[in-house]
Amino acid sequence: MTEVPLHRRLGLTDHENDLIPGLIGRAPTDAELMMFSLMWSEHCSYKHSKPVLKRFTTTGARVLQGPGENAGAVDVGDGMAVALKVESHNHPSAVEPFEGAATGVGGIVRDILAVGARPIALLDSLRFGALTSARSRHLFARAVKGIGTYGNCIGVPTVGGELMFDDRYEDSCLVNAMCVGVVSHDGMLSASAQTPGNALMLIGNRTGRDGIGGASILASAELGDGDADKRPSVQVGDPFTERKLLDCCLELAAADLFVAFQDLGAAGLTSAASEMAAKGGRGLDIDLDAVPLREEGMPAAEILVSESQERMLAEVLPADVARVVEICTRWQLDATVIGTITDTGHFVARHHGDVVVDIPASALTDDAPVYGVASEPQPIPAPLDLASVAPPADLAAAWRGLLANPNVGSARWVYEQYDHLVGANTIVRPGGDAAVVRLPGRDTAIAITTDCQPRHCELDPRNGGRATVLEAARNIACTGARPIAASDCLNFANPEKGPTGWRLTEAVEGLAEALEALTVPVVSGNVSLYNESPARAIYPTPVVGMVGLLDHAERAVGISFQNDADLVVLVGDGPARLDASEFLGRAEGCPPPPDLDAEVAVIDVVIRAAEAGLLASAHDVSTGGIATALTESALAGGRGCRVTLPPGRRADEDMFGEGGGRIVVTCRPSALPALMELAGLVPVTPLGTVGGAEVGITAGAHTVTLSLDDARDAHESAIPRALA
Amino acid sequence: MTRVIVTVMPRAGVLDPQGQAVAISLDRLGFGHVDNLRIGKRIELDVPGDDPEGQARRMCEALLANPLIEDYSIEVAS
Amino acid sequence: MIAVVRFPGSLDHDSAAKAVHAAGGTATFAWQDDAELPAGTTGVILPGGFSYGDHLRPGAIASRAPIMGAVRRFAEAGGRVLGICNGFQVLCEAGLLPGVLRTNTTLSFVCRQVHLDVADGDTALTRGLAPTISVPVKNQDGNWLGDPATTRVVFRYHGENPLGSTDAVAGVANARGNVVGLMPHPEEAVDALLGSTDGLPLFRALVAA
Repeated sequence: MTEVPLHRRLGLTDHENDLIPGLIGRAPTDAELMMFSLMWSEHCSYKHSKPVLKRFTTTGARVLQGPGENAGAVDVGDGMAVALKVESHNHPSAVEPFEGAATGVGGIVRDILAVGARPIALLDSLRFGALTSARSRHLFARAVKGIGTYGNCIGVPTVGGELMFDDRYEDSCLVNAMCVGVVSHDGMLSASAQTPGNALMLIGNRTGRDGIGGASILASAELGDGDADKRPSVQVGDPFTERKLLDCCLELAAADLFVAFQDLGAAGLTSAASEMAAKGGRGLDIDLDAVPLREEGMPAAEILVSESQERMLAEVLPADVARVVEICTRWQLDATVIGTITDTGHFVARHHGDVVVDIPASALTDDAPVYGVASEPQPIPAPLDLASVAPPADLAAAWRGLLANPNVGSARWVYEQYDHLVGANTIVRPGGDAAVVRLPGRDTAIAITTDCQPRHCELDPRNGGRATVLEAARNIACTGARPIAASDCLNFANPEKGPTGWRLTEAVEGLAEALEALTVPVVSGNVSLYNESPARAIYPTPVVGMVGLLDHAERAVGISFQNDADLVVLVGDGPARLDASEFLGRAEGCPPPPDLDAEVAVIDVVIRAAEAGLLASAHDVSTGGIATALTESALAGGRGCRVTLPPGRRADEDMFGEGGGRIVVTCRPSALPALMELAGLVPVTPLGTVGGAEVGITAGAHTVTLSLDDARDAHESAIPRALA
Repeated sequence: MTRVIVTVMPRAGVLDPQGQAVAISLDRLGFGHVDNLRIGKRIELDVPGDDPEGQARRMCEALLANPLIEDYSIEVAS
Repeated sequence: MIAVVRFPGSLDHDSAAKAVHAAGGTATFAWQDDAELPAGTTGVILPGGFSYGDHLRPGAIASRAPIMGAVRRFAEAGGRVLGICNGFQVLCEAGLLPGVLRTNTTLSFVCRQVHLDVADGDTALTRGLAPTISVPVKNQDGNWLGDPATTRVVFRYHGENPLGSTDAVAGVANARGNVVGLMPHPEEAVDALLGSTDGLPLFRALVAA
């Protein structure tokens, strides 16, 4: 049996392995090789996605911090900034869904904390296999429990997100978390090391054998079968310590005790320290014997790459160390000087008196090889032939069935397990389009959403990317907020395969085009690749997290019908098509390409109408079509409606067809002229009126009604019944 | 039926946030520093059949313990 | 001056202080290690959250903190004490209120807007409340177990009993009526923009003492 070389077991290619001696002037030690393998992974180096990510516009009038720091930040007025980031925790969640999802929340919260911001909202974008699969039911239920347990305990409200179930996620579930925080402009922190001689401090939990990346491979190679207990283990989240870390670090930041600040995430101390050094053009001298350990006898390599959670790294003036320790002690947290900032540019680590690592920090962070993305264009499928889809015999039954589909039905089962109110600033709660959270102590608010159109991205990735951004923007606009910033999480299969590489490039192009049309910059992001098994690959899933600003929090609009006799009005005349729709239930046909100019105009009209106080409600027409949008607004408001849809090709397509560019709003009859005048050339079509205990829809020759009770039963029970 | 007692504990090396928090609190209450405080679960059940230990082990593997983060031990009443 | 007591893991202390301000009062924070309440304290709030991560039993560790001696003396002297959610759990663990709070019968965290019937409007704190109030409930361990016959029940869930508590109890008082605890969150029902102001009279009563 031939021995597989260590670098390959660590995931480095022979080419990558050959580059290292040239960068450090000698052969690496095993510990150094492991550090390279982790830092040069896609997760840390973006070696396959970097060329693609350059496509995004990352600057703008509001941008205070773009990609490159722990989180991006934008100005929201009066000296306040909002920090945002989306991150994936897909693989850990597939291994252990409760702890994987929980530590995903912990990680994204620390990213926001690292820029000095107080986290004020969380969202989760979740995708699992169909709930007919026992494994997917388990992963989904446990991931939700993990997110709730962690988020609830740290006191950051989980205000929204999205849910999707599809066979394509059966082998690779997606757990993406978004966090948003607030910080004053002058309170923002950077991760760049500054001044040689300053102390490097580790704050928070002790370091143990947590980690499921390269550390486990090295350990498996080094340990015999009888040493199972010494193997690195699944990271376990400790939200109580995270909460103390939040309170403590915000107190330290307010006292101006951090020169530089960074969280420990993937690749642990290796990543945090090398990034801090390389960003500032400095070096570090770390004494691994000083790192507080949870168990004795950890070798240097394990200490360097441990992914123990709830830890932060800070550069502190020597004169301030005692104060930092004092404040951390009050919060029952360890704070330990583990090294110093140097001017060498080298990452030096000592253990038991020996120098075990001595390499240029930038070799780890900046010198990873960058690969071109494979590209094998795929044909864009033809639109669906409507005649090939049999119309449902009973439209009312089809409507009820659609509402009872877990991809369409209420997410209440999920969001009632999350504290979405803590902080007392949640103005628009989960269950609508975007959540609205008041900025602490202000009269302004932000709207937040995460969205993706994976089936569209599979069929026509560029237009799917555009549609993804536009859906997020419509969701923001439906609250009355104007989109100001985005973060992305690009979940894809193996990009080294031509079709996937092409889809990645095309989807990013589509995202970027739509974001530019909306003048929304991308300020942070994350990439998760290789989400595939031999049996199946995920859909291209470029999740967009978007933040919008409401100048007047009290003008926030929700999806609920508010008053009987209000007019139901359709803004925009985007297409309704069954291609790749939830009614069709599969990625077949091809949705029409979004009309960017028309979409941006619709979004602008709804925002201005909300600002003018004309709207009683607004709801984006998306998954499940206009019948679903009307039903959701009716259920949320506890009052029905009676409408006639614009003439289309067939009643089922009119009712359940999807496609962007349409928003259903309601207003007092007296407000209609003002709305139409404000809309200018954007189509504004009165459909009917609010009232009654049923939703009645006339589509062509068909009139279909559903009582609110029947609709509620179908909508509310979709997920509980699928899990039962 | 045979009485079986299953003890589920956090695996060695796995962070035990609950044990850590309780140890800190005991210290604060004046009991001084205590080492290796870990908190687990005790599960009592009556198991049918002639292989209660094997049956209990299969239950642990299937449900009662999470082998990624927990160890278990089985005690069969004589 | 209302003292809002903070423990490691407290979450709703800021919201509680905001509610006091909305009721026309002033609030200050007391820390768990303090031996005494701040000078000039006229009322105490034990806020919601996950003190000590809910480890061992919710409220158990916090109830043994030094500040709780001062809270006990304050309550015994007739001072008004309001425990919300985790604060209610702390008061029960401290023996200042009857009963225990167990895991919800749903076995999961529950966050939703609920209606409460004010079962006893004669305590110092519940006097100004409407007969039925709308407030959010959000907890994992809010299932009160106790003897309603010997307990001064002040709040019951109206309609469904979301957490499975004995007799749908949502909040109780001590016999004297100066110590009140409840699982739902009146401090998140003091602002029309967030959906309800029904909790405001509770804070007005606390501030008025």
